Amino acid sequence: MTRRAAARTLVYLSLVLASLVVLLPLGVVLLTSLKTDEELADDSGALTLPDDPLNFHNYVTAFQDGRMLSAFGHTAFILVFSIGGTVLIGSMTAYAIDRFTFRLRKLVVALFLLAALVPGVTTQVATFQIVNGFGMFDTLWAPIALYMGTDIVSIYIFLQFVRSIPVSLDESARLDGANAFTVYRKIIFPLLKPAIATVVIVKGITVYNDFYIPFLYLPSQDLGVISTSLFRFKGPFGAHWETISAGAVLVILPTLIVFLALQKYIYNGFMKGATR
Amino acid sequence: MADTTEKPAVGHPGTRPARGDAPVPAPAPRRARFWRRLTPWLFLAVPLALLIAFTYAPIVNMVAYSFTDWDGVSPELHYTGTENYTELLTRSDLFEVFFVSGYYLAASAVQIVVALWFATVLSFDVRFRNFFKGVLFFPYLINGVAIGFVFLYFFQDGGTLDSVLALFGYHSDHAWLGTPVSANTSLAGVSVWRYLGLHFVLFLGAIQSIPGELYEASELDGANRWHQFRHIILPGIKPVLTLTVILSVSGSLSAFEIPYIMTGGATGTETFVIQTVKLAFQFNKTGLASAAAVVLLLIILAVTWLQRRLVPDDRVDLV
Repeated sequence: MTRRAAARTLVYLSLVLASLVVLLPLGVVLLTSLKTDEELADDSGALTLPDDPLNFHNYVTAFQDGRMLSAFGHTAFILVFSIGGTVLIGSMTAYAIDRFTFRLRKLVVALFLLAALVPGVTTQVATFQIVNGFGMFDTLWAPIALYMGTDIVSIYIFLQFVRSIPVSLDESARLDGANAFTVYRKIIFPLLKPAIATVVIVKGITVYNDFYIPFLYLPSQDLGVISTSLFRFKGPFGAHWETISAGAVLVILPTLIVFLALQKYIYNGFMKGATR
Repeated sequence: MADTTEKPAVGHPGTRPARGDAPVPAPAPRRARFWRRLTPWLFLAVPLALLIAFTYAPIVNMVAYSFTDWDGVSPELHYTGTENYTELLTRSDLFEVFFVSGYYLAASAVQIVVALWFATVLSFDVRFRNFFKGVLFFPYLINGVAIGFVFLYFFQDGGTLDSVLALFGYHSDHAWLGTPVSANTSLAGVSVWRYLGLHFVLFLGAIQSIPGELYEASELDGANRWHQFRHIILPGIKPVLTLTVILSVSGSLSAFEIPYIMTGGATGTETFVIQTVKLAFQFNKTGLASAAAVVLLLIILAVTWLQRRLVPDDRVDLV
C-alpha cells in the first residue's frame, strides 16, 4: 500500500514539475511584456510582478513599430491560399489514386510516397533556383506554391478517408449519369469533411509557425509574415526585452486560443499526420 | 492510340469536359474510352506538376550542382567532378557540424524516455488529466521564433533561469550561451521542451489503442504496473516508437530554427543546415552547399531505409 502511495506521489510530482518547466518560461515572458523598461533595468530579477499589470504600452509598440498588423495580414493571405490549395490538391490526388485504375498508377503512388521521405530543408538550395526561375522569389506566391506542392501528409490523410467511402455510392451516381467530376464534387468532397478539418488544422499550424521558407523566400521588409517579422525584432529592439516579449506573446496568443477551442481535433490531427 | 493516354494530362485545359455534362446518348465508344482513360490524369495534372517542380526537379538539379563550382548567380559554371565532396569530407571545420548533431541526438534519447513516462502515466486515471495533457503538448504548437525569444530571455544574464536558481539560493554568474558545451546543451534542451509534446501525444494515442482487456487479464495474473508496461505497452507501441526514433535522428541532423534564431550559429552551435544555408545564401557557394545537402539527404534516406528494414510496418503502405 505504501509503495502504491509512493508511486502516486512520484507521478504527481513529475507532472507538476513538467508543468512548471513548460509554463514558467512562458509565464515570465508574459510578466516581462507588462513591465516598463525602468522596471526591467532595476535588477530585481525576472520573477517579480509588474507594477501595473494592465500596462499594454509594449504591445502597442510591438504592434506598430514591429509591423505586426501587416505580418498578420500576409500570414492570413498565405494561410487561405495554401490551405485551400492543399485541400483541393490533396483530395483530388486521393480520389484519382483510389478510384481509378490506370497505367502508371503504381509509379504515381511511388512518386508521392518517395517525396514524403525527402526533408524539405535538404533541397532548398536547389528549390530556391526553381522558385527564382518562376519569378516567384520575394512574392507571397513562393511560400504558397511550396506549401501546396509538398504536402504528402494531407494526401495520405485524404486517401485514408476516400478509402472508407463505399464505392457503391460512386457507382449509383454514375448510373444516374454523373461523370467523374460530378462524383468528386457532389459525393466525395462533401463526405471528406472530417478529413478536411484535420488537414486545415495541421496545415494551418504548420504554415502559421513556419520560419524557414518565409525567411528564405520573402527577404523584403514589406513582406514579413509573423515569424520573420518577429525575428526582425532582434535588430531594432535588441535589448528591449519588454517589447520583444510583447511581440512573442502577440504571436503565441492566437495559437493558444485555437488550441483551447479545438483541443480534441488538434490531438487527433497530429496523431494522424505523424503516423503516416 | 495507346500512348496518347498519358500525355494530354500535361496541357489541354481546353478539353476538360464541362461540369454536369448531360450524358451523351450512345457516345462513340472510342471517344468514351479516351475520356475514361484521361479522367484520372485531369485530377492528377496539378498535383503532379507541383510535385515534380518543387520536389523532384530540385533533387535532380541539386545533384547536378554538387559536381560544379557554381555560385548560384553567374551564368558560368564549371564541372569540377567530386571536388566538393572531397572538400566536405576533408575540411574539418565543415565536418564539425555533425558533432553538434550529437547534442540533439542525445537530447532526443532523453526526450523519448520522458515522453514515454508521461504517456504511460497519463493513459491511466490521473486527476486533471486533460490539463496536464494540454500543458505538455502546447509547446509543440508555438511559433519557433517566439520559442527562440522566450528562451533567449530564459538563459539571459539575470533572466528566468538565473532568477529561479536565485530562489534556491544559488547565485549563478554563468553565461548559459557563452561556451560551446553549455550553449549546445541549452539549445538541445530547448528542442526537448519544444518537441516533447509531439512524441508524448503519439505515444499516448498508441497506448490508448491497446485493448483494455489486456490490462485486466494481466492484473488477474498478478502483473504490476511495470510488468504491464514491459509486456503490454512496450510491444503495443513498437511501430510508433520506431517512428519517433527516426523522426528524432532526421530532426537532430536537420536542426535549424532554434539554434539559428537564438545564436545564429555562434559559439560552436552551427548545425549542418545553418552551415548549408550560409554557404548557399551568404557565401554564394551553391555547388558546395548542394554537395552538403546531398550528403544530408543520403544520410536521412539511409536511416529511413534502415528503419523500414528493421521494422517492416505495413501501415506505411499507400496502396
